[in-house]
Amino acid sequence: MEMVYEWFRTLYQETGINLPFLYDEYDRNRMIDGLFTTIKLSLVCLFFSIIIGVIGAWLQGSSFKWTRRFVSGYIQLFRNTPPLVQLYFFYFAIGTLLPRVENDWGGQSPIFGSFAWAAISLSFFAGAFNVEIFRSGIEAVPKSTVEAAEALGFSKLQIYRDITLPLAFRVVLPALNNNLVNLVKTTTLAYAIAVPEMLYEANQIWSDNVNVTEMMVFLLLAYFVLVGILVSGMNRWERAMKIPGYG
Amino acid sequence: MSWTTADPMVSLKDVHKSFGELKVLNGVSLDVMKGDVICIIGPSGSGKSTLIRCINALNDIQQGSILVEGQEVNDPKVDKLELRKKVGMVFQQYNLFPHKTALQNVMMAPVRVLKQDKVKVEEVARALIKKVRLEGKENAYPGELSGGQQQRVAIARSLAMQPDVILFDEVTAALDPETVGEVLQTIKDLAEDGMTCILVTHEMAFAREVADHIYFTDRGVIVEHGPPETFFQNAQDPRTKEFLSQIL
Ligand SMILES: Nc1ncnc2c1ncn2[C@@H]1O[C@H](COP(=O)(O)OP(=O)(O)OP(=O)(O)O)[C@@H](O)[C@H]1O
Ligand SMILES: [Mg+2]
Repeated sequence: MEMVYEWFRTLYQETGINLPFLYDEYDRNRMIDGLFTTIKLSLVCLFFSIIIGVIGAWLQGSSFKWTRRFVSGYIQLFRNTPPLVQLYFFYFAIGTLLPRVENDWGGQSPIFGSFAWAAISLSFFAGAFNVEIFRSGIEAVPKSTVEAAEALGFSKLQIYRDITLPLAFRVVLPALNNNLVNLVKTTTLAYAIAVPEMLYEANQIWSDNVNVTEMMVFLLLAYFVLVGILVSGMNRWERAMKIPGYG
Repeated sequence: MSWTTADPMVSLKDVHKSFGELKVLNGVSLDVMKGDVICIIGPSGSGKSTLIRCINALNDIQQGSILVEGQEVNDPKVDKLELRKKVGMVFQQYNLFPHKTALQNVMMAPVRVLKQDKVKVEEVARALIKKVRLEGKENAYPGELSGGQQQRVAIARSLAMQPDVILFDEVTAALDPETVGEVLQTIKDLAEDGMTCILVTHEMAFAREVADHIYFTDRGVIVEHGPPETFFQNAQDPRTKEFLSQIL
């Protein structure tokens, strides 16, 4: 490892290409923290946006008109507004309305920090799309298959969980894949409320080192690799879920 | 007054059913005793599917009474789970769960709905698959099975719930002629075991062989009915005669 670090230090000295997080421990830790924050934020949002999608799609099939209206209202709101504005709305509008709690040093701090607000905001943002994606998959499940389950005595919830959802999932995986890739890319917006994710930490580093070009190239590649890993994971999952002789 | 086997297992009285303006059943009455095999025949669109779908409450009815083992089905408060434990159904298009293997298809309802022990259910399910002559296909997905094989899995799936009566809605209509026989044989085996069966079918030779009673429906009413010998030889109503002359 030391040799690699040395190599990048020499690279900087000889050519002026400055990648301090590859030879300077302090910057390296900042970058690693940023990477892990991005991964953590992505995973949390992936998880909750799928949960929102699954529950929202279930509620959209409800027989209560107002439940369905509420869900479509939610979808409209989050689809038709910019995610950055949503993020600001949660952080600055709702965040300041919530009561504050006493922190470890006896001061006052908000209940949710910037990471939590980014997670909430982005989960709702991607969740709105996921509801529609799951809904379309559910509509693709033949009514006759559902009827067979009804005739066997399955309850509505059992049908949704055991029949409709697993079948819908397979249909929508490509669309879901797309939306989740978008979600990971959108996590960079959390920069705007100072969540220490990759873009934010890169910014810190280029402010200290005046190496904007190098950091931009690195960021681009880092996201390229990160999203690439997600996509190949999703593709593998898609293949694993494939049913012999179906679709 | 509780139900005994001396009473009809399924009893329809003056059943009326419409889809919006369209009247599909116009006062149908029929009784099925335990162990009976009845066949319902009639032209397309005469309401045969609608009729048997009312028996397990897949369709609701507007007027009349449907009793299954003395329990009224035409009652908003009816416990559909209790009803569907008693009444199995096999569909024309098989309607297997495509993401589950044959064995899983058979096991699913007893495990999920009846909350039975998985190990015991598997034992029963394997026996049922053997009974419908599909040994070796336990781990095949529906998409890997022929139509006739899928339909036999569907029959096994229905049997796994240990119903008292099974509804069959043109279960051979979607099959190739070569595979019709294997499914009919499976149903014949069931009938011989004493299972109560209500069949909608276009297989007249089969109906004549297995049915205890034949019902002919047209435009939402039962036009004529009787045991197969008299029904096929001495049809009285002109509509029955015309239908039989076309189909035989
Ligand atoms: N869900 C529904 N909504 C509206 N009309 C329906 C519905 N189901 C059936 N029908 C109508 O009810 C009538 C009877 O249909 P049904 O399926 O019971 O006939 P069938 O005797 O089973 O015919 P086939 O032999 O073609 O299966 C038809 O005119 C059909 O179009
Ligand atoms: Mg029909």
